[in-house]
Amino acid sequence: MNMNVKTEFKYVGTRPIRPDGPDKVTGRARYGADLNVQGMIYGHIVRSPHAHAKIKSIDFSAACKLPGVLATMSADDLPEPGDRKIPGGEVEMALKTFSPVVMARKKVLYHGQAVAAVAATSPELAAEAARLVKVEYEVLPHIMDMHAAARADAPLLHDDVYTQGVDPAPTTPSNIPTQIEISTGDISKGFAEADLVVERTYFVPMCHQGYIEPHACVVQTDENGKVDIWCSTQGAFMVRTLTAAVTGIDIGRFKVTASEIGGGFGGKTTVYLEPVAVVLSLKSGRPVKMVMSRDDVFRATGPAAAAETRVKIGVTRDGRITAIETDILMDCGAYTSHPIMAGVLFNSACYRCENVRSFGREVLTNKPRVYAYRAPGIPQPVVAVECVVNEIAERLNMDPIDFRLLNAVDEGDVMAIGIPFQAIGLKQVLQEAKAHPHYTAELKAGQGRGVAVAFWINAGMQSSATINVSEDGSVNILTGNPDIGGSRASMALMAAEVLGIPVETIRPSVVDTDSVGFCDVTGGSRTTLATGGAVIKAAETLVKELRKRAAAIWSLDIEEVDWTGGMAVAKSGTGLENMNREDAATRGDKTLTLADLAARAGATGGPLCAVASHNAHNAAPSFALNICDAQVDRETGKVDILRYTCVQDAGKAIHPAYVEGQMQGGAVQGIGWALNEEYIFNEQGRLDNPGFLDYRIPVASDLPMIDTVIVEVPNPLHPYGVRGVGEVPIAPPMPAVVTAVNRAAGTRLCHLPLSPPKLLAAIEAAEAGTA
Amino acid sequence: MQSVRYEAPTSLDQAARTLLGSENAKILAGGTDLLVQMRLGLKQPGLLVDIKNIPEIMQLTLGDDALRVGAAVTGALVGEHAEARRLFPGFVEALGLIGSSQIQGRCSAGGNLCNASPAADSVPALIANRALCNIIGPAGARSVAVESFNTGPGKNCLAAGELLVSIDLPLPAHRSSDAYLRFIPRTEMDIAVAGAAVALSLDEAGICTAARVAIGAVAPTALLVTAAADALIGSALDEASLHAAAAAASAACSPITDKRGTADYRRKVVGVLVRRAAAIAKSRIEAQA
Ligand SMILES: Cc1cc2nc3c(=O)[nH]c(=O)nc-3n(C[C@H](O)[C@H](O)[C@H](O)COP(=O)(O)OP(=O)(O)OC[C@H]3O[C@@H](n4cnc5c(N)ncnc54)[C@H](O)[C@@H]3O)c2cc1C
Repeated sequence: MNMNVKTEFKYVGTRPIRPDGPDKVTGRARYGADLNVQGMIYGHIVRSPHAHAKIKSIDFSAACKLPGVLATMSADDLPEPGDRKIPGGEVEMALKTFSPVVMARKKVLYHGQAVAAVAATSPELAAEAARLVKVEYEVLPHIMDMHAAARADAPLLHDDVYTQGVDPAPTTPSNIPTQIEISTGDISKGFAEADLVVERTYFVPMCHQGYIEPHACVVQTDENGKVDIWCSTQGAFMVRTLTAAVTGIDIGRFKVTASEIGGGFGGKTTVYLEPVAVVLSLKSGRPVKMVMSRDDVFRATGPAAAAETRVKIGVTRDGRITAIETDILMDCGAYTSHPIMAGVLFNSACYRCENVRSFGREVLTNKPRVYAYRAPGIPQPVVAVECVVNEIAERLNMDPIDFRLLNAVDEGDVMAIGIPFQAIGLKQVLQEAKAHPHYTAELKAGQGRGVAVAFWINAGMQSSATINVSEDGSVNILTGNPDIGGSRASMALMAAEVLGIPVETIRPSVVDTDSVGFCDVTGGSRTTLATGGAVIKAAETLVKELRKRAAAIWSLDIEEVDWTGGMAVAKSGTGLENMNREDAATRGDKTLTLADLAARAGATGGPLCAVASHNAHNAAPSFALNICDAQVDRETGKVDILRYTCVQDAGKAIHPAYVEGQMQGGAVQGIGWALNEEYIFNEQGRLDNPGFLDYRIPVASDLPMIDTVIVEVPNPLHPYGVRGVGEVPIAPPMPAVVTAVNRAAGTRLCHLPLSPPKLLAAIEAAEAGTA
Repeated sequence: MQSVRYEAPTSLDQAARTLLGSENAKILAGGTDLLVQMRLGLKQPGLLVDIKNIPEIMQLTLGDDALRVGAAVTGALVGEHAEARRLFPGFVEALGLIGSSQIQGRCSAGGNLCNASPAADSVPALIANRALCNIIGPAGARSVAVESFNTGPGKNCLAAGELLVSIDLPLPAHRSSDAYLRFIPRTEMDIAVAGAAVALSLDEAGICTAARVAIGAVAPTALLVTAAADALIGSALDEASLHAAAAAASAACSPITDKRGTADYRRKVVGVLVRRAAAIAKSRIEAQA
């Protein structure tokens, strides 16, 4: 399906101020915790003090004696998940990997897991009541190390998890929910053809998305059975689906409104508090507010998986890759959300190689269930692949970008999983990077440079949009995708392009689940592509309607009316492109602007509105490259990032500033993950650093200005050429940073994060010749 | 449910009476430690005694013998005091490292000291500068050398009903200066993994005539390391003596391994910081007119 991709734009590609900007910088915007309603009470969760235990009993009697305590709940108030699947999604998800994360059932599998909840008339009272809930546990041994958990004789977290992906299906349960392998060609032949084979193992720790806004919701229920949810989420419809599934309440009773959102990065594509607040509200008859503390967020939401990746790459003397083998062990926490899939399927998708074998296993441990974080599952193995590619280029005495250009995939190449590439921008990205002054800037002693590239598949999925025209010709766009990265601005730009009206006259809104058609989450880099696609479709439908109305007014056939420059023009000749009203007047053409038609809407058929629904099968992959310069203090192991450049193929940057924002944000998060961010668990299996003091995300002064270069190789499947841009930026930073640091320090540290104590030890070992 | 009373006395007398009358009182200076600890449930006082309306506690004055820093004077005010910056650049930079601009508007050297965190940034700098703590209490007034003020993590020498009124930094001799360095994995908003303050005096020939070296975050309290100072005194602060001072500091500390760093790492880094801080203090003296 190749379509005509538009390449000349009037509004798309400009940088108007985002419509939600002023409210956000003045504090007027309302986030999850900002809603207060009459009669509201406060929920508080009782969390497990153990990393692994049986729940023997829960006694609410002391808590209930406190005046002001109005409701309590536990898993007994939720339906048994059994083997039920969550309906609606394109990928089937087991309810039993969601329900116990909301509220543990019979067993707790990580420290901080929700066990019970109470609601009371003040947050302080609710906290006090939660302390009075008596939970009796039978403590079980906990397993934190994924290698230990993967052993056949390891104590089991679940007695009903059988490894999927093994033939024949195993008959005994294990801590390995999934095993997956893909291969093409003949891997041994590939290595036999190689003149150089490099094999290394890299470890990436569990880390958190670090969104600034903690999860929060307000739930209001009424005697008619209506359930209203206000919450901070990446998808109001997702909240509806999952809350309905977890509580067993019909979807039709829910209305979900997404608040403004203070970051999500994938972490807010599931529910934690909402089903609890629903039950507490139904039981108390009062609206219930719940807000997580930062501690709760770190301990009991969905961080990114830790993983160990062994990679082995073979090349010929002239730099052609002959074989790539990867083996990933991924720590999923207590339940699997299948984070390994993309990691196995796409870890070497940047390279043309006939012989590929990629293998992976997920392991369950007594840690929080890992969940989505930008390009889920990809950054961990990509560190290994890209660092080894850099090492190979160095050993072959080749420039690392030239090496990649020689092996880069291009249109027509087929991925290891059998999908052929359409037009892609990897080579252009590599060429832009090579031409960038950063790449050839001189380095001083003690400094090092690393480059890395990465691929991400990007999602499409379902979206809807509604466009309403007001009497004055101004335009409202309604979509259901929470605006995380500037998507309102992008929606307005795309509508402006189709309608030919100034972007400022368009008001894009994110509305609740009762007010617009279904939209999948703001995630998977899909919103600009898919919801934007729905907006374009709706705008095109509206233009057709406008031409029809004008034709009726002029008693012409619709084919005799064109839409250009924001107005209907009766066709009287050629040269209509980009005509303005004066041009038309001089030519003596008849025109009707959007405002003219809006004023006459009543007389010509009623209000002007259009709806579009869209299942975007036209997502296309994107590629990103980072260049990092680092300096290492050899006496303390401290790293300074001196200069940083991101190059990325956006397909078409609808609003370039917000594409740059995605690139810069991904770079910063990746730099943090490479250098200091990690979950540190203590002997008891408790997270030792559940706050921003000791969970060290970078602060502004840690970073240089992150330079960006947007490459635009249009997605041939999208009318404007859009590709997803939000996820791929998290993948190249870790290998770029790790390579730069190891070069600067003269070390080969493969165990992330490269925190100062570890790096200093590696430097000393290198100096002593023991590494 | 816990309720907290709040009092804001306007004189030392009144403060003393309020403190004595209450079992579970806590003194509130800037609150940047205390309020955070209360929020975390680590401290649950029944009464907060806000001392910021007491003149003696809010004074910042340069006397003939000493710079007097009232116990609750904010980091921002000290940072704006030109004479303080000129005389004690190391102390001012240590206090200035605390938190962010917002925290600087509240936090105090007195609070930093009384909170008795082994990692408190301004304490090694106070020790290096021979600071004296002026205390008032039921038994009257007394003064204590700052290195004896804290007795362990979270513990200080104040008896029931006592409070810290001010800290005196004796004016340094001609050709003296100081410096403070801390190690954190980031550039700010972090807690010292190790810290070191050095105060030096040089003669006209550049020979070190007096030195004080103090280290933080590497023992239960900040430590005065006389062996490190001895390694510097009498030397021209050449590489060998700087290294000897570093080794003495590493030897004197008794660090722990925790999520912020290993004991071994802290021991090494504290020596590096001592060496570098001594070099900075020396260069500051050389830059004096
Ligand atoms: C975001 C943030 C960043 C921080 N960064 C740093 C940092 O980089 N380095 C660092 O060292 N610290 C840091 N801190 C900790 C804190 O800011 C400092 O220790 C600060 O100096 C405390 O001063 P305060 O006036 O706010 O003390 P308060 O919190 O008011 O008091 C601290 C303790 O001392 C007691 N106290 C206060 N005054 C007296 C007195 N006159 N007599 C007797 N007892 C008294 C109080 O009862 C309390 O127990 C940080 C804190 C925050 C919140």
